[in-house]
Amino acid sequence: MLKRFILRALAFLLISSFVVLNAKETIKIGAIVAATGPASFLGDPELKTLQHYVAKINAQGGVNGQQIELIHYDTGANPKKAVTFTKRLINQDEVVAIIGPSTTGETMAIIKFVEKVGIPLMSMAGSVAIIDPVKKYVFKIAATDRMACKKVMQDMNKRNLTNLALISGSGGFGKSMRKQCKEVAPSFGVKIVADETYGKKDSDMTSQLLKIKNNKDVQVVLNPGFGQGPAIVTKNYVQLKIKHPLYQSHGVASKKFIEIAGSAAEGVRVVAPPVVVADKLDDSVAIKKVALAYKNEYEKAFNSQVSSFGGHAYDALHVIVDAIKRANSTEPSKIRDAIEKTQGFEGVDGIVNLSATDHLGLDTETGMIMLEIKNGDWTIVK
Amino acid sequence: MIELFGYLLSGVTVGFIYTLVGLGFTVIYNSSGIINFSQGEFVMAGGMSTVFLIYAGLPLGVAFVLAILITSMIGIVLYKLISFSRDSSQISLIILTLGFAIFLRGLAQIIFDKQLHTMPSFVGEGAFEIFETTLSYQALLIMVVASAIVISLYLFFQKTKTGQAMVAASNNVDAAKLMGINIKKILILNFAISAVIASIGGILLTPITSTSYEVGIMLGLKGFCAAIIGGLGTPFGAVAGGLLLGILESLVAGYISSEYKDAVAFVVLLAILFFMPGGIFGNLKSQRV
Amino acid sequence: MLKRYNINNQILLLTGILIIIPFFFQNDFYYEIAILSILNALIVIGLNLLMGYAGQVSLGHGAFAGLGAYISVVLTSNYGLNPLLSIFISVVIMGLLAFIISKPILKLKGHYLAMATLGIGIIINIILEVEEEFTGGVDGMSVDSFVVFGYELSDSIDWYILCAVLLVFAIWAFENLIKSPFGRLLRSIHDSEKAADSVGIDVSYYKSIVFVISVVIATIAGSLYAFFSGFISPQEASFTHSIELVVMVVLGGLGRVYGALFGAVILTVLPQLLTSFEDYETMVFGMIIIAVMIFMPKGIVSLFDKVVKKKEQSNASS
Repeated sequence: MLKRFILRALAFLLISSFVVLNAKETIKIGAIVAATGPASFLGDPELKTLQHYVAKINAQGGVNGQQIELIHYDTGANPKKAVTFTKRLINQDEVVAIIGPSTTGETMAIIKFVEKVGIPLMSMAGSVAIIDPVKKYVFKIAATDRMACKKVMQDMNKRNLTNLALISGSGGFGKSMRKQCKEVAPSFGVKIVADETYGKKDSDMTSQLLKIKNNKDVQVVLNPGFGQGPAIVTKNYVQLKIKHPLYQSHGVASKKFIEIAGSAAEGVRVVAPPVVVADKLDDSVAIKKVALAYKNEYEKAFNSQVSSFGGHAYDALHVIVDAIKRANSTEPSKIRDAIEKTQGFEGVDGIVNLSATDHLGLDTETGMIMLEIKNGDWTIVK
Repeated sequence: MIELFGYLLSGVTVGFIYTLVGLGFTVIYNSSGIINFSQGEFVMAGGMSTVFLIYAGLPLGVAFVLAILITSMIGIVLYKLISFSRDSSQISLIILTLGFAIFLRGLAQIIFDKQLHTMPSFVGEGAFEIFETTLSYQALLIMVVASAIVISLYLFFQKTKTGQAMVAASNNVDAAKLMGINIKKILILNFAISAVIASIGGILLTPITSTSYEVGIMLGLKGFCAAIIGGLGTPFGAVAGGLLLGILESLVAGYISSEYKDAVAFVVLLAILFFMPGGIFGNLKSQRV
Repeated sequence: MLKRYNINNQILLLTGILIIIPFFFQNDFYYEIAILSILNALIVIGLNLLMGYAGQVSLGHGAFAGLGAYISVVLTSNYGLNPLLSIFISVVIMGLLAFIISKPILKLKGHYLAMATLGIGIIINIILEVEEEFTGGVDGMSVDSFVVFGYELSDSIDWYILCAVLLVFAIWAFENLIKSPFGRLLRSIHDSEKAADSVGIDVSYYKSIVFVISVVIATIAGSLYAFFSGFISPQEASFTHSIELVVMVVLGGLGRVYGALFGAVILTVLPQLLTSFEDYETMVFGMIIIAVMIFMPKGIVSLFDKVVKKKEQSNASS
């Protein structure tokens, strides 16, 4: 532990002294992430990824001969802080582009300011509202909650299940996905027959699950949420011997979930971005190479399992870097134009095709896949 | 009917968890009149250090003992900080313990990490089936241990010399000094006991809920409600408060709205404060168990 | 006249500083920090009146500010009311609410009062998160721009002037209030409630009034922040925000007018300075709070006491 810390501190010193030496020629890219607080499950892997790959890009000679300087701030998932740090990045640090924030609320809070000044923003949050309607300078990289809902419901259609019970976490992630799922349900012929929630730090969900168990209409259960909640739901689910198929969201698409839920996780289906199972993807899948390389590199560098979310940061950073290369400029408006022209970019989350009318550019088919937990490991549901 | 039974059982399970956290508040408040806002972080420290000691390859038993020792040291550090403070007004002590909570959270995210962790249940993953619902072995263990702690606290404060001295000291500082009781030692002991209870709670909880650096905030608040609802003066108060809270939450989630479930603790808290300021066991308060 | 309304050197100095510092502002970020500091200071001045003079703790003022702000915002954005009118209505509603809850709450003492206000704050926060149709839920909602008499406040300098004027007014009003018979009454309550009660002072009535004043100020400052930033989320009403406000009061100095200002400025600027600590930020923040409580329990302004006392003496003699 101590050794790793010292190594990291040394690396940090080296990098920062390097940055200082080259201060005049760096390309400043800002990042606003929720590295601590209730959304640190998003922000922590995002920040680690950004730092790792910025260092890597710089070690390989940077972009157009210039080094990247990553200026990042931790918001603790608080929109108020996101606003302040956005102003700091724009006015004080004078960055050419901003990556983040991690959550929808924070992103919505700062859109006004990046639009006003004209700095491209690459959000890593989940809601469609960020890019629909399209805003000139605002892009989004991560797959949306809506995609995850669609994927789950497609899978339900295949299994001829229509009556869905929701049990959602009451954090921003769970609530937002719950809303999206309710909206897309009718187009898949899915009926929401129960709608339960649980608190962020609840230790037992038996009451909510009993209600679902005793509801005769229920055929299938979906649990939008992240962190400890879904693991407890899964354990209680097994204890109560509920027989309906259980779906979990991309919020828990990480080996950590299997570890915490233990044997209860057997047979649970999880909607996830492909990176989680990069090594198991067919060679025909276009993004396998990128995703696998990212997964291996992340797991080696940080000695922890890859999750759904770090990949967003990889894509966000590389789309921007790619745009800067093509624009051959660090002018924010030119970077924006180049980002909008991104075509066939092979990212961790999928192939990105951006246009003036689509600032997300991921489609459901490549953005999300369905997994099932078997023998304590992921298997891909075809 | 079976539904109701299920809700009650779930409520009791959660209630004992709140009790375990609430007990720590009671011990410190009883001796010093201080409400320790970092109690939830003590629980976190107990769970997290156990998990990481197990990761380091120590056998379970050793990890427990070490984690409990570590947490009791943290409790003593808090006491030392409070005794250094030049002002002992309630407001500044509240803020001191809040600052300590923030400090512990920050420290944990550095020496541990920001991820979720769990450890195997030491009584097995299974569960008893009762009617159509279940009670996991671990939940039963929590009930047993919480009850054992309550009873031993009661016996300690009522039947042992040290315990009686501690009660006497908190009731009348000057008289205690005259009798030659060392107030400082007593307070240190109380802070350590409180931290030990918290760390036991943290260890027992981890197999059920898993743990992380910020697990302490909500646990602390709920445990706090439990302690006040039951009445701060007595360990039985924490039990009554915790159970009442757990059962009400479970019933509200079951019959009314799971969205407003988290508000229950605070609504009950307000009702108790307004109408029974001493808590359910308030009439016992003067005896200071 | 000047003596009567007590426009002292300190207020003139503060006004001077407020006028001069914008010339040192290099960009909008400085304005952001200044405006945030002032709006925080406003809430803290009210809270300080409650804590430092009436001796009542509140761990729910973040929630009051947040709820007040939401009422203003919903009236403007969802019902199209003029922002000023919205804020006025919100002030009336929150004032009434504060008055009603003050009766049972202020009977409580010490920790129990702290717990009750904390409980109310958390309930408010949960309501704001759950009632999505009105509040936008956990993700928050956008706020319409602030248009007063046909003029839209959009530039930072506009907001800075508005906030600075409010700050000077609030401090001036605060100082006069404390020196008025009402203020003396408050202090006698703070010193000994029983004594005050036995002289026939309606203690609970005066405590209620102070509580209402502090909630109203929080409502105004909270609403202004929402209009200024163009966005509001339930985080404004969170437990953490309430704690921050209380720490500002105590850090600056309980019962000290300028303490509120110092506390607010320091706690607004400090997180910006701590960003370079990265992962260590939370821990360092905790350490600073502990250190202040141990070494300067009377707050940061207590450091200036000697200087101020000398000045006051020379003022008195002249």
